[in-house]
Amino acid sequence: MSIRERLSGNEAAATAMKQINPDVVAAFPITPSTEIPQYFSTFVSNGTVDTNFVAVESEHSAMSACIGAEAAGARAMTATSANGLSLMWEMIYIASSLRLPIVMSLVNRAVSGPLNIHCDHSDAMGVRDSGWIMLFSENNQEAYDNLLMAHRIAEHKDVLLPLMVCQDGFITSHSIENIELLEDDKVKEFVGTYKPEHYLLNSEEPIAVGPLDVQAYLFEHKRQQAEAMRNAKKVILEVSKEFEKLTGRSYSFFEEYRLEDAEIAIVCMNSTAGTTKFVVDALRNQGIKAGLLKVRVFRPFPAEEIASALSHLKAVAVLDKADSLNAAGGALYEDITSAMYIAQKQVPMINYVYGIGGRDTTSKEIESVYTDLQKIVSTGKLENPYRYLGVRSK
Amino acid sequence: MPYNLKEIIAEKPVRFTAGHRMCAGCGCPPAMRMILRALHPEDHAVVSVATGCMEVSTFIYPYTSWTDSFIHTAFECSAATMSGVEAAYQSMKKQGKLPQDKNTKFLAFGGDGGTYDIGLQSLSGAMERGHDMVYVCYDNGAYMNTGIQRSSATPHFADTTTSPAGKVIPGKMQPRKDLTEILEAHHLPYVAQTIGVNNFKDLYEKAEKAIYTEGPTFLNVLAPCPRGWGYPTDMLMQINKLAIDTCYWPLYEIENGVYKITYKPAKKLPIEEFLKPQKRFKHLFQPGNEWMIEAFQKEVDDRWEKLLQLEKATSEPNAEAK
Amino acid sequence: MTEDNYNKNTPWQDLTPGGDIYTAGNAMEFKTGDWRSVRPVFLSEKCKQCGLCFPVCPDNAIPVGKDQKRTDFNYDYCKGCGVCAKTCPFGAIEMKEEGV
Repeated sequence: MSIRERLSGNEAAATAMKQINPDVVAAFPITPSTEIPQYFSTFVSNGTVDTNFVAVESEHSAMSACIGAEAAGARAMTATSANGLSLMWEMIYIASSLRLPIVMSLVNRAVSGPLNIHCDHSDAMGVRDSGWIMLFSENNQEAYDNLLMAHRIAEHKDVLLPLMVCQDGFITSHSIENIELLEDDKVKEFVGTYKPEHYLLNSEEPIAVGPLDVQAYLFEHKRQQAEAMRNAKKVILEVSKEFEKLTGRSYSFFEEYRLEDAEIAIVCMNSTAGTTKFVVDALRNQGIKAGLLKVRVFRPFPAEEIASALSHLKAVAVLDKADSLNAAGGALYEDITSAMYIAQKQVPMINYVYGIGGRDTTSKEIESVYTDLQKIVSTGKLENPYRYLGVRSK
Repeated sequence: MPYNLKEIIAEKPVRFTAGHRMCAGCGCPPAMRMILRALHPEDHAVVSVATGCMEVSTFIYPYTSWTDSFIHTAFECSAATMSGVEAAYQSMKKQGKLPQDKNTKFLAFGGDGGTYDIGLQSLSGAMERGHDMVYVCYDNGAYMNTGIQRSSATPHFADTTTSPAGKVIPGKMQPRKDLTEILEAHHLPYVAQTIGVNNFKDLYEKAEKAIYTEGPTFLNVLAPCPRGWGYPTDMLMQINKLAIDTCYWPLYEIENGVYKITYKPAKKLPIEEFLKPQKRFKHLFQPGNEWMIEAFQKEVDDRWEKLLQLEKATSEPNAEAK
Repeated sequence: MTEDNYNKNTPWQDLTPGGDIYTAGNAMEFKTGDWRSVRPVFLSEKCKQCGLCFPVCPDNAIPVGKDQKRTDFNYDYCKGCGVCAKTCPFGAIEMKEEGV
């Protein structure tokens, strides 16, 4: 029997970490993820976990220590947000290129500047091509579930890549919601023990990690990483299936909400999907065939599968909670339009940059997106594809 | 056990092999090799090295010169990386995930750029957290790997590629940072400044103490760079000797706050003796620049005097008198 | 395939992941002796086996036996820096130009 609880997203993440019981956690406080290491260090202080908690002096050192610990043969975890991730940036790439399955909770927040501590996805988007697997979570339950699946995916011998589980800062991290937890022993059994083939602390086989990789080799090592990311797709589905058997909760690359017979749809990630579902239901009651595609697995990017799932629609709006400042579209939009082009699916598609710096996105605003889509369908005119939602304008 | 150089070389394994690609005559490899020899042969070690000469010339895929486990991540985080390795060791050993009868020791290396400058925060953090590890700075007084740019370890007036001796500014206008004292301010159980000279006794004994003192310890090792300093390549040992005989690089250790100078030259040589063979100080010997040598000498004298006083102030009888 | 045999023709599938090396100390397979332009010559008759040259060689090219005595240079690695010759108090090492 699962355990019914009421937890915030940060509590959910810390609870997952407690049940995973990693060997090392190295973390540095930054709003809104601070509570995760805070709760977790309480578990350490009370002997609830076996973890060695390293209270580092910066996020750069947090990721460095996680790399050291993981290469040493340990399971290492961390949590951060926004500028913390920015400071880690150099080590983010090193973690993935050294093929170390570190697991991180990324509590999404706007990257400075100007300074803002509230939610958007600019932190995650900044590292989207760094070789980390990226799972997004609509709510506390998904943040918890994604973390429980994380090590099984990251540590798989065909993958060996670090993984981050994203949740929306404050909106998810600080909101208390109902949650179903697994029993400790079930988590332990599901997650299993980490048995790396080669590791620094094996005195029987000293190894060297992190070479100078000259022209004759770096390309090949990057090619290996690319292959691992492709392999991750299969592994994510396998692990999700197994997780479903255990919990009854079903996960895939993305969630299709009333999408099958929809004519217009929104694509988004994290908590906005909750608001969108509410709007979809309301519109359906009015006879409007609205749907939603909520991306869970952003990296590896399930391009083919998303293109296929959207191909029957008459118009689609992709919502980006980070502006790419590229004089074109947001990252998710660019990825999806590109996926559609490759799959030769021609669906009118617009982009909305929204919710920057914690700007609330109301159901009314989401409804306006569907209204815009209806207009595109009825007029056959797309006009400006690059739009903003919820920004003040003259 | 009294120090016996020949026995140590004959009996203890080489843990940093030939086949590395450091420059001919580089001061780092002999010093680093001797530090690793201070490990007990039965102990396993994990070495981390900051990006720099000692990394990019010793682990060029697919060849490594390190016979122990080795990790390199980036420039500024040799200490932080090692703190993670050490944390993993403590955790896994406690949980019974590692053999109980085998000891692993942790040595983090970095050049002066990776230690005095970009890696100072990471080092300070790791030392303050009390990881059981040795941090070894091999100080060659500039960013040698990238082509001799000034660091905060670069001596006063030195000509480097980012502090060139020009018509208006005669080299680096700031005296060097005293890193050893910064580390002592962390109240570590063991901090020492050393060099590979003569029979390497000073270096070996301090390395052994640092490695086998529980907790975070620090060694600052002067490691001359023939290219960056501009002295004849074969003069390594003579330059090292001049560094200690002029008191440019005092040899001392601090055990739990107690200072001990481990070498006091019978005759302290004038600083010119150390500066003269080096091209980076050539302009100091031009007419009209005598003031620079005087200033350099004063700086060396002041630091040496302060060290003598610290030794006196912290020596046992005084300590008891407090 | 062992790591020492990796070369610029090795396909990506065969290289160690992440650039790890599992044969610690394999740099011994990489010979640096061809860097040398001057060559140390060991004059054994002048050598007193004092040991001062043992630790100074950056390239560990002075072999020392269990009998605590050195033998001739290992020219596979010696880069010809001359630090040993300058260190020897007895003139037992002479530097000679290569190929002369």
